[in-house]
Amino acid sequence: MRRGPLARVLGAHPIGTAFVTPYVVFLAAVFAYPLGFAVYMSFHDYFFAAPGAVVDRPFVGFANYVTVLSDPAVRRAFGNVLVFLVINVPLTVVLSLGLANALNAAIRWRTFFRVSYYVPYVTAAVAVVGVWLFLFNSNGLVNSVLGPLAPDPSWLVNSGLAMPTVAIYVTWKQLGFFILLYLAALQNVSKDLYEAASMDGAGRWKSFLNVTVPGVRPATTLVVLLATVTGANLFTEPYLLTGGGGPDGASASPVLIMYQRGIEQGNPDVGAAIGVLLVIGVLLLALIERKFVGKEDS
Amino acid sequence: MKLQAGLLAVVLAGSLAACGGSGGAGDADAAAKARGPITIWYSNNAEEVAWGKQMVAAWNAEHADQKITAQEIPTGKSSEEVIGAAITAGNAPCLIFNTSPASVSQFQKQGGLVPLDASYIEERSGEVARQYKSPDGKYYQLPWKSNPVMIFYNKKIFAKAGITNPSLKTYDEFLATSRKIVASKAAKFAIYPAPSNEFFQSWFDFYPLFAAESGGKQLVADGKAQFAGDEGKKVADFWRTMYQDKLASPEKYTGDAFVDGTAAMAVVGPWAIATYQGKVDWGVVPVPTSAGKAPDEIHTFSDAKNVAMYSACKNRGTAADVLKFATSKEQDGKFLAATGQMPLRKDVATTYADYFAKNPDYQGFANQASRTVEVPNVPNSITIWQTFRDAYSKSVIFGQQDTGAALDGAAQKVDELVKQS
Repeated sequence: MRRGPLARVLGAHPIGTAFVTPYVVFLAAVFAYPLGFAVYMSFHDYFFAAPGAVVDRPFVGFANYVTVLSDPAVRRAFGNVLVFLVINVPLTVVLSLGLANALNAAIRWRTFFRVSYYVPYVTAAVAVVGVWLFLFNSNGLVNSVLGPLAPDPSWLVNSGLAMPTVAIYVTWKQLGFFILLYLAALQNVSKDLYEAASMDGAGRWKSFLNVTVPGVRPATTLVVLLATVTGANLFTEPYLLTGGGGPDGASASPVLIMYQRGIEQGNPDVGAAIGVLLVIGVLLLALIERKFVGKEDS
Repeated sequence: MKLQAGLLAVVLAGSLAACGGSGGAGDADAAAKARGPITIWYSNNAEEVAWGKQMVAAWNAEHADQKITAQEIPTGKSSEEVIGAAITAGNAPCLIFNTSPASVSQFQKQGGLVPLDASYIEERSGEVARQYKSPDGKYYQLPWKSNPVMIFYNKKIFAKAGITNPSLKTYDEFLATSRKIVASKAAKFAIYPAPSNEFFQSWFDFYPLFAAESGGKQLVADGKAQFAGDEGKKVADFWRTMYQDKLASPEKYTGDAFVDGTAAMAVVGPWAIATYQGKVDWGVVPVPTSAGKAPDEIHTFSDAKNVAMYSACKNRGTAADVLKFATSKEQDGKFLAATGQMPLRKDVATTYADYFAKNPDYQGFANQASRTVEVPNVPNSITIWQTFRDAYSKSVIFGQQDTGAALDGAAQKVDELVKQS
């Protein structure tokens, strides 16, 4: 059958194409174009200028990338975010799955607990940070409880503990969202499987390991990827909790450095190079994670 | 801020630059003489807003065809970022009465500023004006007002520590007093400068003491870093002792440690007097020096905010007139009375002698106003300050490196940054 010119452009399902088009346009305008432009900036001596100002922005090849990679602060920031992800991602998966499983059971105050876990996620970071500072300052609640066991220097001004403390804070703050994902996934695990496991003599723990965990694997893949992507974009927490990446850059993240170099210091070309490297790093990490966590999906 | 948002901000600003409106030398010449309505931004603290409103009303009453539309500077992470974005977008107002001297070199590089009338600036501010001249010999900022920082102390906390007549002139005296305060538990810390790593924090710990110790040197002068000499190292060692001996805290504080009574002293300018009203019974002294210089020899950081004219302005003739009107002797007097901040004029103390006679709390700041040190007006200014702050933070606040080695290393990097245009 011959297809008309309109059908050739819109495909076999023009209504579907019409539905998808606004999102494609949105993606192109808000993600693809900016990303392409960032790549362009990273290869030029680029700075922001007033309209009409005559400025020269020559092509500089990999010069911005050399600047970035030879900057110890940037290297340290990438190392810091790896430490963050190593703590944050597994902790997020384990805690959110465990808590979702508990909240899915018929327990009293279930709605109250669900809301309690979700509140930090929807509360402004600035407000929640105050609570965390109250807990983790040198004279905060945690150190009061620990007494002589409290670390010195304290959590947020300790080079070795600052980033793990930030990682735990972010895990706690975002837990509500990931619990919701798992709660949704748990609804799709067939009750027959649990009954079969029970008839085979499996206890709660064995049922959890052999039925729940494989049953929510697609959700786990999503949680791992989302936690990685949001973790790699870490900015607000080190900015607010540790005063701009202290102590001595021990909690600085690549996005924080990108903001300093690109916006504060007026070198958007260097900021863009950091951003491009971060995108590449996150993509590689996501591919590796998908290979391991999401292997049964593929 | 998420990565996408960061990239988006970076890119949108760039896109706006690419799609921007017209400009060029011909337009600029015409705009310099053009008169008509203009827009201005001023700071968003209550006292400055009150002054701004009366200034605008006074101007508008006399200039029906050249009205000012004024607003508080839009909120953002910092005024500098808001202004930088407005320059790029081409929608900056004609005048901003809140331009940080540290950002002027960057705004100038962006093509966002208009050179101002040098003779008026030098006539109004005298010798102080020199610090605000750009490397090309022009003024892209009018030195407007300063907040010479001094040491405020809490008299009640000092009395609780058994100190009735504090002596804080030398580093040894300052340290001894600090130890007495902390040992007596009159306050948890002697002083609490923000220990965070933002580039501007050094303006309120290292820089005032460096200005005093060095007799008025800037961080960078004649294309070379000045802070790694003996004076800078003495100041760094002084602060390191304060942190090492737990007389100051390396932890971020949410709130005002001085007002809360957590710290017995603070490094602040006269703007804070209104804030302390009814909350703290305070006294004020100049910042210390190693040898205890006389008060009339002490220099300090200016903490100035200036007025700049932005290239997006179409009616620059009117903007230039408003600039002079708003910084006239009369308006400066009203500004001083409304805010307690020092107009950057020659002889503030004598020009407004009546005010200082009625408000003796401000007299010390007026005396100090003629010996203020500004941030250097050099390219890469903010990168230079961040480089310095990183080294200071590592060696002084967290004690992870020798202060001398840290300052030497930072000085080498700063020298390279100064050379770049």
